[in-house]
Amino acid sequence: MTMMSPMQTNPTTAAATATGTADPMAIRAASFDGFYGSFQALKGISLDIPRNQVTAFIGPSGCGKSTFLRWMNRMNDTIAGARASGTLTLDGEDILARSVDVVDLRRRVGMVFQRPNPFPKSIFDNVAFGPRLHWRHSRADLEDLVEQSLRSAALWNEVKDRLHASALGLSGGQQQRLCIARAIAGGPEVLLMDEPCSALDPKSTASVEELIRELRTAYTIVIVTHNMQQASRISDRTAFFFEGSLIEAGQTETLFTNPKSKQTEDYVTGRFG
Amino acid sequence: MAQSAVAAPTSAARGTPIPRSSRDRSERVVKSVLLSFSLLSIVTTFSIVAVLGIEAWGFFKGFPDKPGIGLVPFFTGTEWSPLLGGEQKFGVLPLVCGTLLVTVIAGAFALPIGLVTAIFLSEYAPSRLRVVLKSALEVLAGVPTVVYGFFALAVITPALQRVSDAFGTYNALSAGLAVGIMILPIVCSLSEDALRAVPQSLRDGSSALGGTKFDTSVKVVLPAALSGIMASFLLALTRAIGETMIVALAAGGLAQMTMNPASQVQTMTGFIVAIFTGDAQANSVEYASSYAVAATLFLMTLALTLAGTAILRRFREEYE
Repeated sequence: MTMMSPMQTNPTTAAATATGTADPMAIRAASFDGFYGSFQALKGISLDIPRNQVTAFIGPSGCGKSTFLRWMNRMNDTIAGARASGTLTLDGEDILARSVDVVDLRRRVGMVFQRPNPFPKSIFDNVAFGPRLHWRHSRADLEDLVEQSLRSAALWNEVKDRLHASALGLSGGQQQRLCIARAIAGGPEVLLMDEPCSALDPKSTASVEELIRELRTAYTIVIVTHNMQQASRISDRTAFFFEGSLIEAGQTETLFTNPKSKQTEDYVTGRFG
Repeated sequence: MAQSAVAAPTSAARGTPIPRSSRDRSERVVKSVLLSFSLLSIVTTFSIVAVLGIEAWGFFKGFPDKPGIGLVPFFTGTEWSPLLGGEQKFGVLPLVCGTLLVTVIAGAFALPIGLVTAIFLSEYAPSRLRVVLKSALEVLAGVPTVVYGFFALAVITPALQRVSDAFGTYNALSAGLAVGIMILPIVCSLSEDALRAVPQSLRDGSSALGGTKFDTSVKVVLPAALSGIMASFLLALTRAIGETMIVALAAGGLAQMTMNPASQVQTMTGFIVAIFTGDAQANSVEYASSYAVAATLFLMTLALTLAGTAILRRFREEYE
Protein backbone atom coordinates (compact mmCIF):
# COMPACT_ATOMS: atom_id res chain seq x y z
CA MET A 1 0.00 0.00 0.00
CA THR A 2 1.30 3.41 -0.86
CA MET A 3 0.36 6.60 0.86
CA MET A 4 1.90 9.18 -1.43
CA SER A 5 0.07 12.44 -1.19
CA PRO A 6 0.77 15.47 -3.35
CA MET A 7 2.26 17.40 -0.47
CA GLN A 8 4.57 14.77 0.89
CA THR A 9 7.42 16.26 -1.05
CA ASN A 10 7.88 18.85 1.69
CA PRO A 11 11.43 19.13 3.06
CA THR A 12 10.82 17.79 6.58
CA THR A 13 9.41 14.52 5.35
CA ALA A 14 12.10 14.20 2.70
CA ALA A 15 14.80 14.71 5.30
CA ALA A 16 13.17 12.26 7.66
CA THR A 17 12.99 9.64 4.94
CA ALA A 18 16.66 10.22 4.22
CA THR A 19 17.68 9.73 7.84
CA GLY A 20 15.27 6.82 7.99
CA THR A 21 17.43 4.72 5.77
CA ALA A 22 20.37 5.40 8.06
CA ASP A 23 18.70 4.66 11.41
CA PRO A 24 16.36 1.68 11.67
CA MET A 25 14.94 3.21 14.85
CA ALA A 26 12.37 5.98 14.48
CA ILE A 27 12.17 6.90 18.15
CA ARG A 28 14.85 6.42 20.76
CA ALA A 29 14.42 6.88 24.50
CA ALA A 30 17.29 6.66 26.99
CA SER A 31 17.11 7.10 30.77
CA PHE A 32 13.76 8.82 30.29
CA ASP A 33 12.00 10.04 33.44
CA GLY A 34 8.48 11.45 33.44
CA PHE A 35 6.80 13.32 36.29
CA TYR A 36 3.39 14.65 37.23
CA GLY A 37 4.32 17.24 39.83
CA SER A 38 6.34 15.33 42.41
CA PHE A 39 5.00 11.93 41.31
CA GLN A 40 7.39 10.02 39.09
CA ALA A 41 5.27 8.22 36.50
CA LEU A 42 8.14 6.92 34.37
CA LYS A 43 11.47 5.72 35.70
CA GLY A 44 14.57 5.51 33.54
CA ILE A 45 12.94 4.20 30.37
CA SER A 46 15.38 3.16 27.63
CA LEU A 47 13.58 1.87 24.59
CA ASP A 48 13.96 2.11 20.83
CA ILE A 49 10.96 2.04 18.50
CA PRO A 50 11.83 0.46 15.14
CA ARG A 51 10.69 2.08 11.93
CA ASN A 52 7.75 0.58 10.01
CA GLN A 53 6.91 -1.91 12.71
CA VAL A 54 4.13 -2.16 15.25
CA THR A 55 5.35 -1.79 18.80
CA ALA A 56 2.87 -2.63 21.55
CA PHE A 57 3.02 -1.25 25.10
CA ILE A 58 1.38 -3.56 27.63
CA GLY A 59 1.08 -3.45 31.39
CA PRO A 60 -1.49 -2.98 34.15
CA SER A 61 -3.43 0.30 34.53
CA GLY A 62 -1.30 3.13 35.86
CA CYS A 63 1.99 1.55 34.74
CA GLY A 64 2.93 4.61 32.70
CA LYS A 65 2.49 3.23 29.18
CA SER A 66 -0.03 5.88 28.07
CA THR A 67 1.99 8.61 29.73
CA PHE A 68 5.06 7.51 27.76
CA LEU A 69 3.04 7.50 24.55
CA ARG A 70 1.79 11.02 25.22
CA TRP A 71 5.35 12.29 25.61
CA MET A 72 6.16 11.18 22.07
CA ASN A 73 3.97 13.93 20.61
CA ARG A 74 4.19 16.19 23.64
CA MET A 75 0.48 15.87 24.42
CA ASN A 76 1.48 16.05 28.07
CA ASP A 77 2.32 19.72 27.52
CA THR A 78 -1.29 20.57 28.26
CA ILE A 79 -1.18 18.93 31.68
CA ALA A 80 -0.08 21.29 34.45
CA GLY A 81 2.93 19.96 36.34
CA ALA A 82 3.92 17.37 33.73
CA ARG A 83 7.65 17.36 33.00
CA ALA A 84 10.27 14.96 31.75
CA SER A 85 14.01 14.48 31.67
CA GLY A 86 16.40 12.19 29.84
CA THR A 87 16.58 11.52 26.14
CA LEU A 88 13.67 11.13 23.74
CA THR A 89 14.38 11.60 20.05
CA LEU A 90 12.51 11.32 16.76
CA ASP A 91 14.87 10.74 13.82
CA GLY A 92 17.70 11.92 16.03
CA GLU A 93 15.98 15.20 16.93
CA ASP A 94 15.26 15.95 20.57
CA ILE A 95 11.50 15.81 21.17
CA LEU A 96 11.72 17.36 24.64
CA ALA A 97 13.68 20.49 23.69
CA ARG A 98 11.96 23.77 24.38
CA SER A 99 12.79 24.90 20.87
CA VAL A 100 10.83 22.04 19.27
CA ASP A 101 7.99 23.23 17.05
CA VAL A 102 5.20 21.23 18.68
CA VAL A 103 2.87 21.85 15.74
CA ASP A 104 5.38 20.30 13.34
CA LEU A 105 6.13 17.45 15.76
CA ARG A 106 2.45 16.57 15.95
CA ARG A 107 2.15 16.68 12.19
CA ARG A 108 4.93 14.10 12.04
CA VAL A 109 3.61 12.05 14.96
CA GLY A 110 -0.12 11.39 14.59
CA MET A 111 -2.30 10.13 17.42
CA VAL A 112 -5.44 8.03 17.71
CA PHE A 113 -7.30 8.11 21.00
CA GLN A 114 -9.07 5.59 23.18
CA ARG A 115 -12.54 6.76 22.26
CA PRO A 116 -13.28 7.80 18.68
CA ASN A 117 -13.34 11.60 18.71
CA PRO A 118 -14.51 12.76 15.28
CA PHE A 119 -15.21 16.47 15.07
CA PRO A 120 -18.89 17.42 14.62
CA LYS A 121 -18.17 18.18 10.98
CA SER A 122 -18.56 16.30 7.72
CA ILE A 123 -16.50 13.20 7.01
CA PHE A 124 -14.57 15.17 4.40
CA ASP A 125 -13.84 18.07 6.74
CA ASN A 126 -12.64 15.68 9.44
CA VAL A 127 -10.04 14.13 7.17
CA ALA A 128 -9.09 17.48 5.62
CA PHE A 129 -8.60 19.10 9.03
CA GLY A 130 -4.89 18.30 9.44
CA PRO A 131 -3.91 19.02 5.83
CA ARG A 132 -5.73 22.35 5.92
CA LEU A 133 -3.79 23.34 9.03
CA HIS A 134 -0.42 22.64 7.52
CA TRP A 135 -0.59 23.23 3.79
CA ARG A 136 -2.38 25.29 1.18
CA HIS A 137 -3.70 23.21 -1.64
CA SER A 138 -6.14 23.27 -4.48
CA ARG A 139 -9.55 21.73 -3.99
CA ALA A 140 -8.65 18.88 -6.36
CA ASP A 141 -5.47 18.02 -4.43
CA LEU A 142 -7.39 18.08 -1.19
CA GLU A 143 -10.06 15.79 -2.58
CA ASP A 144 -7.35 13.37 -3.74
CA LEU A 145 -5.69 13.44 -0.37
CA VAL A 146 -8.95 12.81 1.48
CA GLU A 147 -9.73 9.89 -0.80
CA GLN A 148 -6.25 8.38 -0.36
CA SER A 149 -6.42 8.77 3.40
CA LEU A 150 -9.86 7.16 3.58
CA ARG A 151 -8.67 4.34 1.32
CA SER A 152 -5.63 3.82 3.54
CA ALA A 153 -7.93 3.61 6.54
CA ALA A 154 -10.12 1.05 4.73
CA LEU A 155 -13.12 3.34 5.00
CA TRP A 156 -13.46 4.76 1.50
CA ASN A 157 -15.94 2.25 0.13
CA GLU A 158 -18.24 2.73 3.10
CA VAL A 159 -18.32 6.53 2.99
CA LYS A 160 -17.55 7.60 -0.58
CA ASP A 161 -21.20 8.41 -1.26
CA ARG A 162 -21.66 10.52 1.84
CA LEU A 163 -18.43 12.44 2.29
CA HIS A 164 -20.34 15.56 3.20
CA ALA A 165 -22.59 13.91 5.76
CA SER A 166 -21.81 14.37 9.46
CA ALA A 167 -19.07 12.11 10.81
CA LEU A 168 -21.20 11.57 13.91
CA GLY A 169 -23.56 9.42 11.85
CA LEU A 170 -20.90 6.71 11.50
CA SER A 171 -20.73 3.63 13.71
CA GLY A 172 -18.11 3.46 16.47
CA GLY A 173 -15.75 1.32 14.41
CA GLN A 174 -16.16 3.56 11.37
CA GLN A 175 -15.56 6.61 13.55
CA GLN A 176 -12.32 5.13 14.83
CA ARG A 177 -11.15 4.33 11.29
CA LEU A 178 -12.11 7.90 10.36
CA CYS A 179 -9.88 9.14 13.18
CA ILE A 180 -7.08 7.00 11.76
CA ALA A 181 -7.70 8.47 8.30
CA ARG A 182 -7.65 11.92 9.87
CA ALA A 183 -4.36 11.16 11.61
CA ILE A 184 -2.66 9.93 8.43
CA ALA A 185 -3.99 12.69 6.16
CA GLY A 186 -1.44 15.11 7.60
CA GLY A 187 1.35 12.83 6.36
CA PRO A 188 2.88 11.63 9.66
CA GLU A 189 5.78 9.19 10.00
CA VAL A 190 4.68 7.79 13.33
CA LEU A 191 1.20 6.82 14.52
CA LEU A 192 0.54 6.65 18.25
CA MET A 193 -2.53 4.68 19.26
CA ASP A 194 -3.80 4.82 22.82
CA GLU A 195 -5.99 1.73 23.30
CA PRO A 196 -7.73 2.40 19.97
CA CYS A 197 -10.09 -0.58 20.26
CA SER A 198 -11.12 -0.38 23.89
CA ALA A 199 -14.42 1.37 23.09
CA LEU A 200 -15.25 -0.87 20.11
CA ASP A 201 -17.23 -4.08 19.69
CA PRO A 202 -15.38 -7.25 18.59
CA LYS A 203 -16.23 -6.88 14.90
CA SER A 204 -15.06 -3.26 14.74
CA THR A 205 -11.98 -4.26 16.73
CA ALA A 206 -11.13 -6.88 14.10
CA SER A 207 -11.39 -4.34 11.29
CA VAL A 208 -9.23 -1.80 13.11
CA GLU A 209 -6.63 -4.48 13.95
CA GLU A 210 -6.47 -5.55 10.33
CA LEU A 211 -5.99 -1.94 9.36
CA ILE A 212 -3.13 -1.51 11.84
CA ARG A 213 -1.35 -4.53 10.36
CA GLU A 214 -1.68 -3.03 6.88
CA LEU A 215 -0.55 0.44 7.92
CA ARG A 216 2.76 -0.73 9.32
CA THR A 217 4.33 -0.86 5.84
CA ALA A 218 3.96 2.91 5.62
CA TYR A 219 4.12 4.04 9.25
CA THR A 220 5.91 3.42 12.49
CA ILE A 221 3.14 2.42 14.87
CA VAL A 222 3.15 2.49 18.65
CA ILE A 223 0.04 1.06 20.28
CA VAL A 224 -0.95 0.96 23.93
CA THR A 225 -3.24 -1.94 24.72
CA HIS A 226 -4.77 -3.66 27.71
CA ASN A 227 -5.53 -6.67 25.63
CA MET A 228 -2.64 -9.12 25.47
CA GLN A 229 -4.22 -11.15 22.69
CA GLN A 230 -4.39 -7.97 20.68
CA ALA A 231 -0.73 -7.22 21.34
CA SER A 232 0.25 -10.72 20.23
CA ARG A 233 -1.98 -10.54 17.14
CA ILE A 234 -0.88 -7.22 15.71
CA SER A 235 2.53 -6.22 17.06
CA ASP A 236 6.05 -7.03 15.94
CA ARG A 237 7.61 -5.94 19.19
CA THR A 238 6.18 -5.64 22.68
CA ALA A 239 7.29 -3.63 25.70
CA PHE A 240 6.02 -4.53 29.17
CA PHE A 241 5.68 -1.68 31.67
CA PHE A 242 5.12 -2.07 35.39
CA GLU A 243 4.85 0.69 38.00
CA GLY A 244 6.59 3.23 35.79
CA SER A 245 9.48 1.01 34.76
CA LEU A 246 10.14 -0.82 31.53
CA ILE A 247 10.47 -4.44 32.64
CA GLU A 248 11.11 -6.10 29.34
CA ALA A 249 10.99 -5.36 25.61
CA GLY A 250 11.59 -7.58 22.64
CA GLN A 251 10.09 -9.50 19.74
CA THR A 252 6.42 -10.08 20.53
CA GLU A 253 6.61 -13.81 20.05
CA THR A 254 9.63 -14.15 22.32
CA LEU A 255 8.14 -11.95 24.99
CA PHE A 256 4.93 -13.93 25.12
CA THR A 257 6.41 -17.45 24.83
CA ASN A 258 9.77 -17.10 26.46
CA PRO A 259 9.91 -14.00 28.68
CA LYS A 260 13.19 -13.26 30.44
CA SER A 261 11.59 -11.70 33.50
CA LYS A 262 9.40 -13.47 36.04
CA GLN A 263 7.14 -10.38 36.27
CA THR A 264 6.56 -10.42 32.51
CA GLU A 265 5.75 -14.11 32.60
CA ASP A 266 3.26 -13.63 35.42
CA TYR A 267 1.57 -10.78 33.56
CA VAL A 268 1.36 -12.36 30.11
CA THR A 269 0.09 -15.64 31.53
CA GLY A 270 -2.64 -13.73 33.37
CA ARG A 271 -1.43 -14.34 36.91
CA PHE A 272 -1.86 -10.65 37.78
CA GLY A 273 -2.92 -7.36 36.21
CA MET B 1 -18.52 -16.48 62.75
CA ALA B 2 -18.16 -15.09 59.27
CA GLN B 3 -21.73 -16.02 58.46
CA SER B 4 -23.21 -14.16 61.42
CA ALA B 5 -21.46 -10.99 60.20
CA VAL B 6 -23.57 -10.87 57.01
CA ALA B 7 -26.82 -12.24 58.48
CA ALA B 8 -29.94 -10.18 57.62
CA PRO B 9 -31.51 -8.18 60.48
CA THR B 10 -34.32 -9.98 62.26
CA SER B 11 -37.89 -8.89 61.50
CA ALA B 12 -38.12 -7.31 64.96
CA ALA B 13 -35.24 -4.97 64.06
CA ARG B 14 -37.03 -3.94 60.83
CA GLY B 15 -40.13 -2.65 62.61
CA THR B 16 -43.73 -2.83 61.32
CA PRO B 17 -44.23 -2.79 57.55
CA ILE B 18 -45.84 0.24 55.88
CA PRO B 19 -49.09 -0.87 54.20
CA ARG B 20 -49.43 -0.45 50.47
CA SER B 21 -52.63 1.63 50.76
CA SER B 22 -50.75 4.32 52.69
CA ARG B 23 -48.02 4.46 50.03
CA ASP B 24 -50.59 4.80 47.28
CA ARG B 25 -52.44 7.58 49.10
CA SER B 26 -49.33 9.71 49.54
CA GLU B 27 -48.42 9.15 45.88
CA ARG B 28 -51.86 10.47 44.86
CA VAL B 29 -51.55 13.54 47.08
CA VAL B 30 -48.07 14.36 45.77
CA LYS B 31 -49.24 13.98 42.20
CA SER B 32 -52.23 16.30 42.58
CA VAL B 33 -50.19 18.95 44.40
CA LEU B 34 -47.57 18.91 41.60
CA LEU B 35 -50.26 19.05 38.94
CA SER B 36 -52.11 21.98 40.49
CA PHE B 37 -48.94 24.03 40.85
CA SER B 38 -47.92 23.47 37.25
CA LEU B 39 -51.47 24.30 36.10
CA LEU B 40 -51.29 27.52 38.10
CA SER B 41 -48.26 28.79 36.17
CA ILE B 42 -49.69 27.73 32.82
CA VAL B 43 -53.06 29.36 33.52
CA THR B 44 -51.35 32.57 34.64
CA THR B 45 -49.30 32.75 31.46
CA PHE B 46 -52.25 32.16 29.22
CA SER B 47 -54.39 34.68 31.12
CA ILE B 48 -51.78 37.36 30.51
CA VAL B 49 -51.73 36.57 26.80
CA ALA B 50 -55.53 36.52 26.72
CA VAL B 51 -55.89 39.92 28.43
CA LEU B 52 -53.31 41.33 26.03
CA GLY B 53 -55.18 39.91 23.04
CA ILE B 54 -58.64 41.04 24.16
CA GLU B 55 -57.59 44.59 25.00
CA ALA B 56 -55.61 44.91 21.77
CA TRP B 57 -58.57 43.59 19.81
CA GLY B 58 -60.78 46.29 21.32
CA PHE B 59 -58.30 48.90 20.19
CA PHE B 60 -58.38 47.61 16.63
CA LYS B 61 -62.14 47.06 16.43
CA GLY B 62 -63.26 50.31 17.95
CA PHE B 63 -64.90 51.96 20.97
CA PRO B 64 -68.51 52.86 21.67
CA ASP B 65 -67.85 56.49 20.82
CA LYS B 66 -64.92 56.22 18.40
CA PRO B 67 -64.02 54.06 15.43
CA GLY B 68 -61.25 51.48 15.82
CA ILE B 69 -57.82 51.98 14.36
CA GLY B 70 -57.74 48.86 12.22
CA LEU B 71 -54.93 46.38 11.79
CA VAL B 72 -53.51 47.66 8.50
CA PRO B 73 -53.11 51.33 9.47
CA PHE B 74 -51.59 50.24 12.78
CA PHE B 75 -48.96 47.90 11.32
CA THR B 76 -48.12 50.00 8.26
CA GLY B 77 -48.46 53.54 9.62
CA THR B 78 -45.27 55.53 9.86
CA GLU B 79 -46.52 58.18 12.26
CA TRP B 80 -47.08 57.70 15.96
CA SER B 81 -48.51 60.65 17.87
CA PRO B 82 -51.13 59.46 20.34
CA LEU B 83 -50.58 62.09 23.00
CA LEU B 84 -49.99 65.26 21.05
CA GLY B 85 -52.81 67.66 20.55
CA GLY B 86 -54.50 67.70 17.19
CA GLU B 87 -54.92 64.55 15.21
CA GLN B 88 -53.88 61.35 16.95
CA LYS B 89 -51.88 58.99 14.75
CA PHE B 90 -51.41 55.31 15.52
CA GLY B 91 -48.86 53.83 13.12
CA VAL B 92 -46.66 51.50 15.15
CA LEU B 93 -43.66 51.43 12.80
CA PRO B 94 -41.77 54.32 14.45
CA LEU B 95 -41.90 52.45 17.78
CA VAL B 96 -40.78 49.21 16.10
CA CYS B 97 -38.03 51.16 14.41
CA GLY B 98 -36.88 52.65 17.71
CA THR B 99 -36.89 49.24 19.36
CA LEU B 100 -34.92 47.68 16.51
CA LEU B 101 -32.39 50.53 16.47
CA VAL B 102 -31.67 50.16 20.17
CA THR B 103 -31.56 46.35 19.87
CA VAL B 104 -29.21 46.43 16.88
CA ILE B 105 -26.85 48.79 18.70
CA ALA B 106 -26.96 46.63 21.82
CA GLY B 107 -26.38 43.46 19.78
CA ALA B 108 -23.56 44.97 17.73
CA PHE B 109 -21.88 45.89 20.98
CA ALA B 110 -22.59 42.87 23.18
CA LEU B 111 -22.59 39.86 20.85
CA PRO B 112 -19.00 40.13 19.53
CA ILE B 113 -17.53 41.27 22.83
CA GLY B 114 -19.48 38.63 24.75
CA LEU B 115 -18.42 35.85 22.40
CA VAL B 116 -14.74 36.83 22.40
CA THR B 117 -14.80 37.07 26.19
CA ALA B 118 -16.47 33.67 26.40
CA ILE B 119 -13.78 32.11 24.16
CA PHE B 120 -11.10 33.70 26.29
CA LEU B 121 -12.67 32.49 29.54
CA SER B 122 -13.33 28.98 28.28
CA GLU B 123 -10.19 28.27 26.24
CA TYR B 124 -7.42 30.61 27.33
CA ALA B 125 -7.92 31.96 30.85
CA PRO B 126 -6.16 30.20 33.73
CA SER B 127 -8.74 28.78 36.11
CA ARG B 128 -8.19 31.37 38.85
CA LEU B 129 -8.71 34.28 36.45
CA ARG B 130 -11.80 32.57 35.07
CA VAL B 131 -13.34 32.32 38.52
CA VAL B 132 -12.67 36.03 39.19
CA LEU B 133 -14.04 37.17 35.82
CA LYS B 134 -17.08 34.90 36.01
CA SER B 135 -18.06 36.28 39.40
CA ALA B 136 -17.53 39.83 38.11
CA LEU B 137 -19.93 39.03 35.29
CA GLU B 138 -22.46 37.66 37.71
CA VAL B 139 -22.29 40.90 39.68
CA LEU B 140 -22.90 42.77 36.42
CA ALA B 141 -25.91 40.57 35.74
CA GLY B 142 -27.38 41.43 39.14
CA VAL B 143 -27.28 45.21 38.70
CA PRO B 144 -30.82 46.67 38.53
CA THR B 145 -31.47 48.04 35.04
CA VAL B 146 -32.38 51.47 36.38
CA VAL B 147 -28.72 51.79 37.32
CA TYR B 148 -27.73 51.12 33.71
CA GLY B 149 -30.22 53.78 32.60
CA PHE B 150 -28.71 56.23 35.02
CA PHE B 151 -25.23 55.23 33.83
CA ALA B 152 -26.28 55.92 30.24
CA LEU B 153 -27.50 59.41 31.12
CA ALA B 154 -24.68 60.32 33.47
CA VAL B 155 -21.68 58.74 31.74
CA ILE B 156 -22.29 57.46 28.22
CA THR B 157 -24.30 60.40 26.89
CA PRO B 158 -21.82 63.08 28.11
CA ALA B 159 -18.98 61.02 26.61
CA LEU B 160 -20.79 60.83 23.27
CA GLN B 161 -21.53 64.56 23.39
CA ARG B 162 -17.84 65.23 23.82
CA VAL B 163 -17.23 63.28 20.58
CA SER B 164 -19.97 64.94 18.54
CA ASP B 165 -22.46 67.78 18.90
CA ALA B 166 -25.06 65.68 17.12
CA PHE B 167 -25.94 63.79 20.30
CA GLY B 168 -28.75 65.23 22.38
CA THR B 169 -29.53 64.51 26.02
CA TYR B 170 -31.59 61.56 24.85
CA ASN B 171 -30.24 59.42 22.04
CA ALA B 172 -30.50 55.87 20.74
CA LEU B 173 -26.77 55.13 20.86
CA SER B 174 -26.40 55.84 24.55
CA ALA B 175 -29.42 53.71 25.42
CA GLY B 176 -28.31 50.98 23.03
CA LEU B 177 -24.83 50.80 24.56
CA ALA B 178 -26.29 50.62 28.07
CA VAL B 179 -28.63 47.83 26.98
CA GLY B 180 -25.57 46.16 25.42
CA ILE B 181 -23.73 46.30 28.73
CA MET B 182 -26.81 44.84 30.38
CA ILE B 183 -27.01 41.83 28.04
CA LEU B 184 -23.24 41.27 27.92
CA PRO B 185 -23.23 38.92 30.93
CA ILE B 186 -26.02 36.82 29.36
CA VAL B 187 -24.11 36.38 26.09
CA CYS B 188 -20.85 35.77 27.85
CA SER B 189 -22.04 33.39 30.51
CA LEU B 190 -24.27 31.24 28.28
CA SER B 191 -21.73 31.13 25.42
CA GLU B 192 -19.03 30.14 27.88
CA ASP B 193 -21.24 27.33 29.17
CA ALA B 194 -21.76 26.14 25.58
CA LEU B 195 -18.03 26.25 24.83
CA ARG B 196 -17.09 24.46 28.03
CA ALA B 197 -19.62 21.73 27.28
CA VAL B 198 -17.60 20.71 24.21
CA PRO B 199 -15.80 17.48 25.17
CA GLN B 200 -12.10 17.74 25.95
CA SER B 201 -11.50 14.83 23.55
CA LEU B 202 -12.24 17.14 20.60
CA ARG B 203 -9.64 19.63 21.80
CA ASP B 204 -7.12 16.81 22.25
CA GLY B 205 -7.94 15.54 18.76
CA SER B 206 -7.28 18.95 17.28
CA SER B 207 -3.99 19.56 19.09
CA ALA B 208 -2.81 16.03 18.27
CA LEU B 209 -3.25 16.97 14.60
CA GLY B 210 -0.99 19.95 15.13
CA GLY B 211 -3.69 22.53 15.74
CA THR B 212 -2.66 25.57 17.77
CA LYS B 213 -4.85 26.77 20.58
CA PHE B 214 -6.39 29.29 18.21
CA ASP B 215 -7.04 26.62 15.54
CA THR B 216 -8.66 24.44 18.16
CA SER B 217 -10.82 27.22 19.58
CA VAL B 218 -12.00 28.64 16.28
CA LYS B 219 -12.17 25.57 14.02
CA VAL B 220 -13.30 22.88 16.45
CA VAL B 221 -14.70 24.19 19.73
CA LEU B 222 -16.59 27.18 18.33
CA PRO B 223 -18.43 25.24 15.58
CA ALA B 224 -19.24 22.45 18.02
CA ALA B 225 -20.77 24.96 20.43
CA LEU B 226 -22.55 26.96 17.75
CA SER B 227 -26.09 25.97 18.67
CA GLY B 228 -25.58 26.99 22.29
CA ILE B 229 -23.97 30.24 21.21
CA MET B 230 -26.89 31.01 18.87
CA ALA B 231 -29.27 30.34 21.72
CA SER B 232 -27.37 32.74 23.96
CA PHE B 233 -27.49 35.41 21.23
CA LEU B 234 -31.23 35.03 20.75
CA LEU B 235 -31.95 35.07 24.45
CA ALA B 236 -29.83 38.21 24.84
CA LEU B 237 -31.59 39.92 21.91
CA THR B 238 -34.97 39.00 23.34
CA ARG B 239 -33.94 40.64 26.58
CA ALA B 240 -32.74 43.71 24.67
CA ILE B 241 -36.05 44.06 22.81
CA GLY B 242 -38.01 43.84 26.04
CA GLU B 243 -35.71 46.07 28.09
CA THR B 244 -37.69 48.98 29.48
CA MET B 245 -36.03 51.00 32.20
CA ILE B 246 -32.85 51.89 30.33
CA VAL B 247 -34.68 53.09 27.22
CA ALA B 248 -37.33 54.90 29.24
CA LEU B 249 -34.56 56.90 30.89
CA ALA B 250 -32.03 57.37 28.12
CA ALA B 251 -33.57 56.91 24.67
CA GLY B 252 -36.02 59.79 24.73
CA GLY B 253 -39.75 60.08 24.14
CA LEU B 254 -40.15 61.00 20.52
CA ALA B 255 -41.33 58.21 18.23
CA GLN B 256 -39.72 58.64 14.86
CA MET B 257 -38.73 56.62 11.84
CA THR B 258 -34.98 56.91 11.96
CA MET B 259 -31.87 54.80 11.92
CA ASN B 260 -29.72 57.67 13.14
CA PRO B 261 -28.16 56.58 16.44
CA ALA B 262 -27.65 60.19 17.51
CA SER B 263 -31.32 61.07 17.46
CA GLN B 264 -33.78 60.35 20.20
CA VAL B 265 -36.19 57.48 19.68
CA GLN B 266 -39.10 55.96 21.53
CA THR B 267 -39.22 52.18 21.83
CA MET B 268 -42.32 50.08 22.27
CA THR B 269 -41.53 49.48 25.92
CA GLY B 270 -40.70 53.15 26.37
CA PHE B 271 -44.13 54.13 25.06
CA ILE B 272 -45.93 51.70 27.39
CA VAL B 273 -44.09 53.18 30.37
CA ALA B 274 -44.97 56.68 29.22
CA ILE B 275 -48.66 55.78 29.02
CA PHE B 276 -48.89 54.16 32.42
CA THR B 277 -46.80 56.75 34.24
CA GLY B 278 -48.28 59.71 32.39
CA ASP B 279 -51.75 61.18 32.60
CA ALA B 280 -53.48 59.22 29.85
CA GLN B 281 -57.06 58.47 30.84
CA ALA B 282 -58.06 54.89 31.37
CA ASN B 283 -60.24 53.65 28.50
CA SER B 284 -59.00 56.38 26.21
CA VAL B 285 -57.72 55.41 22.76
CA GLU B 286 -54.10 56.16 23.66
CA TYR B 287 -54.45 54.05 26.79
CA ALA B 288 -55.82 51.14 24.76
CA SER B 289 -53.08 51.57 22.18
CA SER B 290 -50.50 50.47 24.75
CA TYR B 291 -52.13 47.01 24.73
CA ALA B 292 -51.79 46.81 20.98
CA VAL B 293 -48.13 47.83 21.28
CA ALA B 294 -47.58 45.28 24.03
CA ALA B 295 -49.20 42.56 21.92
CA THR B 296 -46.94 43.47 19.02
CA LEU B 297 -43.91 43.30 21.31
CA PHE B 298 -45.07 39.92 22.58
CA LEU B 299 -45.41 38.61 19.02
CA MET B 300 -41.90 39.85 18.17
CA THR B 301 -40.25 38.15 21.14
CA LEU B 302 -42.33 35.03 20.54
CA ALA B 303 -41.09 34.91 16.94
CA LEU B 304 -37.52 35.32 18.12
CA THR B 305 -37.91 32.53 20.66
CA LEU B 306 -39.45 30.22 18.07
CA ALA B 307 -36.63 31.06 15.64
CA GLY B 308 -34.14 30.21 18.38
CA THR B 309 -35.77 26.86 19.04
CA ALA B 310 -35.81 26.09 15.32
CA ILE B 311 -32.11 26.94 14.95
CA LEU B 312 -31.24 24.79 17.95
CA ARG B 313 -33.19 21.88 16.54
CA ARG B 314 -31.54 22.16 13.14
CA PHE B 315 -28.04 22.18 14.63
CA ARG B 316 -28.90 19.28 16.85
CA GLU B 317 -30.06 17.24 13.87
CA GLU B 318 -26.84 18.10 12.12
CA TYR B 319 -24.54 17.13 14.95
CA GLU B 320 -26.20 14.22 16.69
